[in-house]
Amino acid sequence: MKPDFKAAHVAAEFDHTSPLITCRFDPTGKFVFATSEDRAILRWDLADPKKKTVFSAHDSYVWAVALSKDGQTLVSAGGDDTLMWWPATAEKPAPQRKVTAHKGWIRALAVSPDGKLLASGGNDRMVKLWNLADGKMVQEFSGHELDVYSVIFHPDGKFLLSGDLMGKVQQWDLATGKSIRVLDAKELHSFNGGQGVHFGGVRGLALSPDKKHLACGGLHKATNPLGNVHEPIVQRYDWETHKLLKTHLAEGLTNSTVWNCLFHPDGTLIAGCGGGSGGHLLFWGKDDEKPAPAFKLPDMAREMDLHPDGIQIATVHYSKKLRLTKLAPKAPEPAKKA
Amino acid sequence: MKPCHYACNSADHSVARRTFLGSLALGAGAVVGGLGSFAQPAVAAALTKDEKRMLVINMHGGLSQLESWDPKPGTDTGGPFRAIPTSVPGIHISELLPHTAKVMHHLSLVRSINTKNDDHGKGTFMMLTGRRQLPGQTYPEIGAVVAKCLDTTDRTLPGHIRITAGGGGGRSADSAYLGPKYASISLDGGKPPQNTTKPDSLTDASLAEQNAFRRLANDHFLSRRRTAMTDAYVQSYEQALELMKQRDVFELSKEPEKDHERYGKHDFGRHCLMARRLLENGISFVQVSHSNYDTHNENFNFHFEQVGEFDKPFATLITDLHERGMLENTLVVVLSEFGRTPRINQYYGRDHWGKAWSVCLGGAGLQRGAVIGATNANGTEVKEREVDCGHLFHTYLRALGLSSKASFDVAGRQVLMADPACGPIKELLA
Repeated sequence: MKPDFKAAHVAAEFDHTSPLITCRFDPTGKFVFATSEDRAILRWDLADPKKKTVFSAHDSYVWAVALSKDGQTLVSAGGDDTLMWWPATAEKPAPQRKVTAHKGWIRALAVSPDGKLLASGGNDRMVKLWNLADGKMVQEFSGHELDVYSVIFHPDGKFLLSGDLMGKVQQWDLATGKSIRVLDAKELHSFNGGQGVHFGGVRGLALSPDKKHLACGGLHKATNPLGNVHEPIVQRYDWETHKLLKTHLAEGLTNSTVWNCLFHPDGTLIAGCGGGSGGHLLFWGKDDEKPAPAFKLPDMAREMDLHPDGIQIATVHYSKKLRLTKLAPKAPEPAKKA
Repeated sequence: MKPCHYACNSADHSVARRTFLGSLALGAGAVVGGLGSFAQPAVAAALTKDEKRMLVINMHGGLSQLESWDPKPGTDTGGPFRAIPTSVPGIHISELLPHTAKVMHHLSLVRSINTKNDDHGKGTFMMLTGRRQLPGQTYPEIGAVVAKCLDTTDRTLPGHIRITAGGGGGRSADSAYLGPKYASISLDGGKPPQNTTKPDSLTDASLAEQNAFRRLANDHFLSRRRTAMTDAYVQSYEQALELMKQRDVFELSKEPEKDHERYGKHDFGRHCLMARRLLENGISFVQVSHSNYDTHNENFNFHFEQVGEFDKPFATLITDLHERGMLENTLVVVLSEFGRTPRINQYYGRDHWGKAWSVCLGGAGLQRGAVIGATNANGTEVKEREVDCGHLFHTYLRALGLSSKASFDVAGRQVLMADPACGPIKELLA
């Protein structure tokens, strides 16, 4: 089924009792996982929104989750230095493994294309590679100057990419552990001297299906970082040359951040955006400066993920809801009985 | 009573001669000369023995008590950070302060401040003057009060110095009726005061001649027309000369390289090292600002960054003051204009909050390792020993060996040094 971005609509809502932080679909498409400010991980059965399972063990917020290719193992990354392995589909899930993985928050996770490796990045400015099967560390990558915000594997399985608060994207060679090159998405970072803070960073990182474009999402024009004054941005680079090809903007969505970006299999760039202007899903073709279209969600969104079917997008919200947006026309209302 | 120095010969300008320390022993209010009065030898001599000083670290913008002194992990307001044990059994603070946790036995916490104010300007006024801001009324900041009360005649440098990350420099208008002599000198960027180097074109001899002539003219004028204003001019010129003579005091490069490493080679690290240097050189009051904590947006990221920067230099400074025998006589206060909301907003931010927050104190005249007051389980209200800015101000004065019931003589009017509606937090005093 082809997505119809202009027909996007909220098709389902899943409720929790605490604001939500991040979300991921499992690769089989049966479940959606989210995390929340009450330090829980939540699993909802897409077929039954009322069926919610809570995973509790972290001693901090869970900033990221990742799933094995078969959907049977969930790994969660906490602000408590810890990675936890869980049976993703269990009735009463309990951690199978806890690994003290970083010093401080672990912000990002990714599973390798072959499903064997897990990458993590955190506030200790480190990127680490783990054996997904047994939790053993395989490789450490150091070189980031500030907190690591995002990690993805290159589909070829040879490289790992990690983006940081400085707007730098490191390309690591998985075989040697060395940095091959660094892309400087400097528009995504600012240092405000008056407030004494770094702000921005590569919040979303994605490679296009044809592996020709690298997208870096975040925010820019941060005139008042502490006061939430900035605008969302995604920059599209040529993968081979690192040449900036396009700056994707969303005019009017002031004080908002691109929390994540990814490519739809049809090549459309999708961003989950939230902030003072509410929540939005933004869709850009490769030549679009403005999103075409932008779908307004009911309230501010903090993260998003695309279902394997390419038709459903999950967003998590401060309003304690996970929403499923369908990229398809609404189903016709059932006819009322006379 | 000694006759008035000024041309008007008004008895209102007379300087009361009762000392603070004497009055402290008697438990009665003392009177200190206001604008234009000179340092009092009796007070000065008594205070020299103690050489009390004060250091304020101003966490500008409003430090989150939940990400510092009063963490509430695992609650709906607690946020992502954990609490860690400190060197004082039973006291836990935010995990963002691992170095400070190790020196907690030198410090104390007040966790029950309710200033009922969420405005930056008013909050700063309250926390630095110990009073609520009312139209038409102004009061000297604690730095001016400390300089006025603790500066002795042999302390020739300004007694009230603020170290800030930036700004225009120069002298502030924070001494109110105590006059410009006690107004703060700003070391912007931690650099020496502005305009304190002699132009190359001016020889020492020429400068000396100019000053001799100025003094001669001043003396001639003052013999007939002396006022508080003319005294302020004289003091300003003489203080400027002392600043030029003792400029080395402000040269951070004179500190050993290893100390630069220990404090950290960033602004706040340098400023803490400068604070140590100034306190060692007899400056009565030093205020270091750390900016900025006004985290309406991404409170946790920014506190990770800011508190992370604060922690090590602050703990290093406390350690050094202790090891050099200075902490006994140096009152240290880490304050803000207010705290931050327990409620986490949709931007992961926390907003202004004056209803239930904390300060950290230590050193001269205070108990060590104490916790005063408490908030409820998720930090939304004070549940025990509520205090206001006035209580803190009284406590600072008492910790420095001053009577918080003393008055300043302002043109014949007795103005109490601290808000009479409050008193010191006695259980915090040593």
